[in-house]
Amino acid sequence: MPQTLVQKILSKACGKVKVEVGDVVEPQVNLAMSHENAALVINQFQEIFSGTSLEAYVWNPDKIAIIFDHRVPAESKKTATNQKKVRTFIEKQGITKFHDIRGDEGGICHQILPENGYVLPCSVIVGTDSHTTTHGALGAFSFGVGATEMATVWALGRIMNIEVPATIKVIANGDFGKYITSKDLILYLIGKLTAEGANFKVLEYTGSTFEKMNTSARLTVCNMSVEAGATSGIVPADTETVRYLRDEAWYKGKLDLVQSDSDAKFDRIVEIDTDSLEPQIACPHTVDNVKPVSQVEGTKIDQIVIGSCTNGRLEDIEIAADILRGHKVSRNVRLLVFPASARIYKQAMDRGLFSSLLEAGAVIMNSGCGPCLGIHQGALGDGERALATTNRNFKGRMGNPSSEVYLSSAAVAAASAITGVITDPRKGGY
Amino acid sequence: MLKVTYKFEDDISTDIIYPGRYMATVLPSETPQYAFDDITELNKILNSSEKLEIPLVIAGKNFGCGSSREQAASTLKGHNVIVIARDFARIFLQNSINLGLRTIICPDIEAQQDDEIEITESKVINNSLKKEFNITPLPAARQAIIDAGGLIPYAREVLVRERGNNCKI
Repeated sequence: MPQTLVQKILSKACGKVKVEVGDVVEPQVNLAMSHENAALVINQFQEIFSGTSLEAYVWNPDKIAIIFDHRVPAESKKTATNQKKVRTFIEKQGITKFHDIRGDEGGICHQILPENGYVLPCSVIVGTDSHTTTHGALGAFSFGVGATEMATVWALGRIMNIEVPATIKVIANGDFGKYITSKDLILYLIGKLTAEGANFKVLEYTGSTFEKMNTSARLTVCNMSVEAGATSGIVPADTETVRYLRDEAWYKGKLDLVQSDSDAKFDRIVEIDTDSLEPQIACPHTVDNVKPVSQVEGTKIDQIVIGSCTNGRLEDIEIAADILRGHKVSRNVRLLVFPASARIYKQAMDRGLFSSLLEAGAVIMNSGCGPCLGIHQGALGDGERALATTNRNFKGRMGNPSSEVYLSSAAVAAASAITGVITDPRKGGY
Repeated sequence: MLKVTYKFEDDISTDIIYPGRYMATVLPSETPQYAFDDITELNKILNSSEKLEIPLVIAGKNFGCGSSREQAASTLKGHNVIVIARDFARIFLQNSINLGLRTIICPDIEAQQDDEIEITESKVINNSLKKEFNITPLPAARQAIIDAGGLIPYAREVLVRERGNNCKI
C-alpha cells in the first residue's frame, strides 16, 4: 500500500508497518520544543502528576529543547520571573537543549533548532509555537501544539490521539527572477490556498524550484505553511538537507532520507510556475490577502522590520545590506533588523553587513521574536503602517489594533526602506 | 435557551481572542480578564459584575487561527463561553478540547447578535430565524478527551497505568 512521506514518518514513530490517513495514532516524539511558554507547560505538567504518587520527571531530558526568544532580554518582572522559574525546572530535570539569552548560542527557536542539528529528517517534532511547521524544511514531521498537549509529551514521550493527516502536494517548477525569493512563493501559495485552505492537512513541497532551493529558503516556506492552516509543511530530505546538516549544523550521525511513494494518494495537487513570479505582499489584516507588489506600490510605510523566524537569516540580511549599501533609509521610516540567531548575528557582522545597514540608518537589534507579535520592542503608533518580513499581519499583531501590517520579502522591505513607500526592488537599479 | 452575545466574521485570530501583549500571563486562572481585550464592548460584557451565565459567541470560518497560545482557549473557558463556528483552526480546536472549552462546529450556522439559540446533541436551533443547523460531530479521538474531562485527567490516567501502580487517584 503506497504511503505519503508523513504517513511513513508516523508509521515509523508508531512502530507500525503503515498508517492510513484518518487513523488515530500516538507517535513517539523525537524532539519537544518550547520557548518562554514553558512556564505554562511546567504548570500543566505538574498538574498531570498531582494526586499521584509519581515524581514529576520528564520522559527524556535530552529530547526537550527550550529556547528563550519571545521577550529577550526580559521586558518586565513577570517575564523575568517566568524565565527564572523555567531555568530552575531545566536544571532540576537535566534538560540539555537549553538556549538562554546569550550572544554566542541564543536566538529564535526556529533557527536554533535546525542550526544546532536538533532537526533530523524522518523525525517527529512538536513545539508550543505555531511556526514549528518550520522544521519540515529538513524532512521532519513538525507541528505546533498547545501547552497542555506539550505537558503530556513531557510526561509520556508521545502525542496523544492525533489523526494521520492528508497531504496536499505542491509542485513548484522554474527559477526565481532577480530579487524574487521563497517568501514570494509561499505568500503566493497562501493567497491561492486561503488562510484555511490546508487546515488539518500537510503541505508537501516538491518540484525543481524546491530541489534548487537551499535549506534557509525552505525554512521560510515551511515556516509560513501554518498561515494556510497546514498542520505541517514538509520538503523531502535530499542532498541539500545532508549538506546543511553536515556543513552548517555539524551533525555527524546517520540520516534517514525518505520520500512519498510515487503512487501515494494525495488530497490534491497544486502546481506553481515560479519563472514569472512577481514580489508578493500580504496586505492587512489576513495573510491570505496577497497581492503582487505592482498593486500596492507607493503605499506609505512608517516602520520596516527585517527579521523573525521567517526571514531573519543570513541571506535576508545580506540581500537587505546589498540593496541599502550606499543609500539612506528614508527619514519617514524606522528600519529595525533582527537577526534570527546569535550565530547569524556574528556571521552578518563578520561579513561587514551591519556596517552597510548601520550607515544607511538601520537599527540592529538582538535576536528575538518581540516586534513580530507586538510583545517586545518595535510597537506601532495609532494609524501607523508597517512592512515586515515576518509571518502575520492580523489586526493588532504588532501591538496596536489601529495599525496595519504588510508582509514581504527582505528585498522588498529593504528597497521600501529607502523610499518610505512599498517599492518593487527590481525597479531601483540597486 | 441562550442569547448570542457576539457575532464574528471569518478568520478571527488568537491575537484578537488573547492579544500577544498579555502572553506573559500564563496561568489559566489569570487569563480571563484579557479575553477579546481589543474589542472593548465584548471584553466589558465578559468581565462585568453581572456576568452572563453562558456567553455565546458565533463565528465564521477558521476561528482561532494563528498562534498556538493556549491562553486563547483558557481565557474563554474562564468565562464559560460556548463558541459556535463554521469551523476552527486546528491548534485552537485541539487546545479547546484539551481544556474543556465548548466548541461547536456548525458549518452552515446563521445567527446575529441577540438571536435566541438552542443547542441539542446534533443541531443548533436558531429560534429567532426558525432554522436548524447540523453540528459536525468531533472525531472519536477528540471526544475521548472531552469525556475524560480534558487532557490532564486523560493523560494522568494513562501515566498511572503505564508508570505506577502505587497511585493515590
